Amino acid sequence: MASRVGVVVFPGSNCELDVLEAVRSLGGDAELLWHAQASLGDVDAVVLPGGFAHGDYLRPGAIARFSPVMKAVEAFAAAGGPVIGICNGFQVLCEAGLLPGALQKNGGLKFLCRPVVVRVETATTALTVDVPVGTELRIPINHFEGNYTCEPQTLAELRAADRIVLRYTDNPNGSVDDIAGICSAGRNVVGLMPHPERACHPMLGSTDGAPLLRSLLIRASALVA
Amino acid sequence: MRFSVLVETRLRDGVADPQGATIERSLPALGFDGVSGVRVGKAFRFTIESDDEAAARAEVADMCKRFLTNPVIEDATISVESNGPG
Repeated sequence: MASRVGVVVFPGSNCELDVLEAVRSLGGDAELLWHAQASLGDVDAVVLPGGFAHGDYLRPGAIARFSPVMKAVEAFAAAGGPVIGICNGFQVLCEAGLLPGALQKNGGLKFLCRPVVVRVETATTALTVDVPVGTELRIPINHFEGNYTCEPQTLAELRAADRIVLRYTDNPNGSVDDIAGICSAGRNVVGLMPHPERACHPMLGSTDGAPLLRSLLIRASALVA
Repeated sequence: MRFSVLVETRLRDGVADPQGATIERSLPALGFDGVSGVRVGKAFRFTIESDDEAAARAEVADMCKRFLTNPVIEDATISVESNGPG
């Protein structure tokens, strides 16, 4: 049976259909989950997609973390279920405390929308089990608040525990330590600013996002088995 | 009792503030020289019903910690003023 990915839709999300399409093109099953529902149903993985959940009011992710579905996402993550936050989804995971640190305005104060190259730094997370360490991937970013920051102690912990998942090869936004993505201590929750779902078809100019989402499907099917 | 509350949030010291830096760089173009240390923040004004000022402050502090600020990058200052009974 194909692994089933639940893609959460907040008011203001705008990448949910891209994720749905990308997952299906890779042979996975996918469904949308409205933010107001308290249950995730029988999904094997959860994706918080990009966009502007709740208008990004107050701060990106600050209000989305209180959406009813987030309690279920927290419980799912605590049980070891794979949870991926892409862009705005990464911001939501940080605000919800599922990942440490915060994403602030880009260093250059520009909204950035272009392909960047990221290097895979660890191959033991829900997003990278199918990608060798050192692989460089060309994937688009599309954000104003993607400048990852955290306390020095948190950064030391992330480094020591090999929890930095992706680094920019040419830092576009001022992120500390060139961080483009990190994972939880359990390695099942991953947040990243680049959009792998926008790089899953040759027509989109890159298929480098596919191995990341394929990793998610592999991890999700492991959960089923 | 009702209290008027002003919460001001700003990026913590040591956290880069690209908006503040950009504004600071732009001011001389308008003839405002000698301005330094520009930091951009947000202000929230509201009233709150509480038993006394200490209780109001405690509740607003909790609100700041859990919602109005992201403590990883932001600080808040809280002003509370009594509106009298009501």
